[in-house]
Amino acid sequence: MAISYAVREGVYAGAPRRGPLTRLLEDERWLALLLLLPTAVLLGLFIAYPFVKGVLLSVSDARVGVPGSFIGLQNFIALAHDGIFLEAVYNTFMYTAVTTVFKLALGLWLALLLNRHFRGKALTRAFVLLPFIIPTVLSTFAWKWMFDPTFSVINWTLYQLGIIHGRINWLGDPQLAMISIIIVNVWRGVPFYAISLLAGLQTISPELDEAAAIDGARPWQRFWHVTWPLLLPVTMVVVLFSVIQTFADFQLVYVLTGGGPANATHLFATYAYQIGVGTGLLSEGAAVSLAMFPALLVVVIVQLLYIRRVEIH
Amino acid sequence: MARFDRRSFLKLSGSGAVAASAGMAGILASGRAPAYAQATSVHWLRWADFVPASDQLLKGEIAAECEKALGVKLTIETINANDIQARVTSSIQSGSGPDIVCVLNNWAQLYGESLADVSDVAEALGKSQGGFYETSKVVAHDGKRWIAVPWSVVGLQIAYRKSWFEELGYTNGKFPETWEALREAGKKLKAMGRPVGQTLGHTFGDAPAFTYPYLWSWGGREVEPDGKTVVLDSKETVESVKFMVGFWKDSLDEGGLAWDDSSNNRAFLSGSCSATNNGASIYIEALRKPDAYKTEKGGPLKDDILHAPLPKGPGGQFSFHVPFSNMLMSYSKNQKGAKEFLSWISSKPVFDKWFVTQKGFSVGPTTDWEKHKLWDADPVMLPYRSAARTGRFAGYAGPSGRKAAEVVTKYILTDMYAKAVQGMPPDAAVKWAHGELARIYGA
Repeated sequence: MAISYAVREGVYAGAPRRGPLTRLLEDERWLALLLLLPTAVLLGLFIAYPFVKGVLLSVSDARVGVPGSFIGLQNFIALAHDGIFLEAVYNTFMYTAVTTVFKLALGLWLALLLNRHFRGKALTRAFVLLPFIIPTVLSTFAWKWMFDPTFSVINWTLYQLGIIHGRINWLGDPQLAMISIIIVNVWRGVPFYAISLLAGLQTISPELDEAAAIDGARPWQRFWHVTWPLLLPVTMVVVLFSVIQTFADFQLVYVLTGGGPANATHLFATYAYQIGVGTGLLSEGAAVSLAMFPALLVVVIVQLLYIRRVEIH
Repeated sequence: MARFDRRSFLKLSGSGAVAASAGMAGILASGRAPAYAQATSVHWLRWADFVPASDQLLKGEIAAECEKALGVKLTIETINANDIQARVTSSIQSGSGPDIVCVLNNWAQLYGESLADVSDVAEALGKSQGGFYETSKVVAHDGKRWIAVPWSVVGLQIAYRKSWFEELGYTNGKFPETWEALREAGKKLKAMGRPVGQTLGHTFGDAPAFTYPYLWSWGGREVEPDGKTVVLDSKETVESVKFMVGFWKDSLDEGGLAWDDSSNNRAFLSGSCSATNNGASIYIEALRKPDAYKTEKGGPLKDDILHAPLPKGPGGQFSFHVPFSNMLMSYSKNQKGAKEFLSWISSKPVFDKWFVTQKGFSVGPTTDWEKHKLWDADPVMLPYRSAARTGRFAGYAGPSGRKAAEVVTKYILTDMYAKAVQGMPPDAAVKWAHGELARIYGA
């Protein structure tokens, strides 16, 4: 006994003395807090602060260079009676819904094609990403030229082929202008869907597909009953990201139409920019921006709940 | 590498310390900073000019002269005109950025609280150069003080194809004098694939420069002289919208709904547009590249371009020219240097150099520049010479203040006409625009 005591004392004598900080960090709760701190600071600086600042601006009458005072919900009440804002709300929902459907359908189709084995597969996959890689402003300028009212290369081609006999007023007609921005958004967004869904497809074991084929399932049945259910969680995440990005789209519309003709293509972000920056009414601009927050919040909550349910299932 | 031992270091630093202490005593005795400490810089933000030679002059010769004359290092930054407001907003909110910003239209009225009082510079300039045009003053003066120093006015006239209008009987430099006459001529030209071109899009210059004087020429106006009572929804305005619907269909290029400020230049220079309300940039570009721009007969396009004012309507004949003014930002830590620079750059000998490179695209902010010999050089440019005299500005019949600027930047009048040509009944389009104006003026 005596010996064992002596050994134990020796061990303690050799160990470094623990300071209060070390003891504090040995408590997992404090350690977790410390490890989370950098992330919390970053989130606070770049997400929480701008958000809170936006909320404060939206309930004030601030203008550029004038801090303004608290006016409650007056900006939001004014927006409810603002015809251009209501048009922007309709446009934003329509734009997001239509582009999401097309991007998902085309992206999935492309992902399924790219998941097959063929020569030049790697090169094709790299090329597919091009629209997503090119800076939006740059590619949108190229599209602007293609839709140009006077020099549209699309019109020229269709005319030369004898398909049209007059000019298609791509950006000058309200409906066509909306269709034009939808086309460009889909063109730009499809690669994101395709590559993300391709990554999802590659996690699905080919054996499942083969087993279904041996059991006599047709290609469509194999896709619908085997591939699609396994791909759904990835699809939901991709759709979630895409909806958020499309809802808050700015660059594409700003460059292509500036919200025109006659506000026919204004979205939340472009209208917020026109009011906040163009007209200097920062508070009203912030209110327009914040008006999209509840809609986005609902989309995010519904989708996250759905993803969770799918995962548990 | 040169060897630098302890002894030589001590020797050098010792002599440096002596020099420094003597210098300090001298500075204290004189009570002013040495010249090298006074060297200042001025950051001037401007649009990327439609006449590139002017930007080259400013960034080269003028910047060098400025350093020599004032000891001021001049930094000139040029950006797309449509992006200037974003820069102004972020600069004011962050309290840092360019010392001076050259703005268009009545944008300065949106930022009055953040601008330095430049009354001394502007008053002296006006007095020494024959007085400002009204259009230069209303956008840069808030009723109490000068919030910007007028810089120039880009005159707008209709550039038209001489030979094409001659085919319709408009010989000897004549152009349709009324809207009805232009509609008739335009109808025939459009049938030949040569429509009149005009933007009704969201673009800073050509859109308001057409829709505002068009409205005034029919007798319509935004507000009463009190600057509060909105009177847009009137018989005259409705008539103007009704006429526009037919005019658009009969005579104008329908792609104009999506045109920006450069689209009509391209359309005209390519021979697909017979007439368009514009600055002189089309003609200047055709002059610059006579071999590149040709008529369908192979002659230089420059010889087939003339200029005319916008036609008359039942309410008269008006124009809207685009004034430019320099705002001295109140956050600038170099107020004195910036004011000295503004006085210097606006002084006759310096401004003259810039004015000449513009070749008439811009006229001066004051009437004295109408006397410049530049106007004797080219008769085609003569209509621009005194064009700024007839200009009214947005907000008429009230002041061209912040609310008028808000209407301009929201493109409400332009959209009123755009909505109607897209199919909205004229009465409804006017009611919509009146409601938007009432919201702005009532706020």
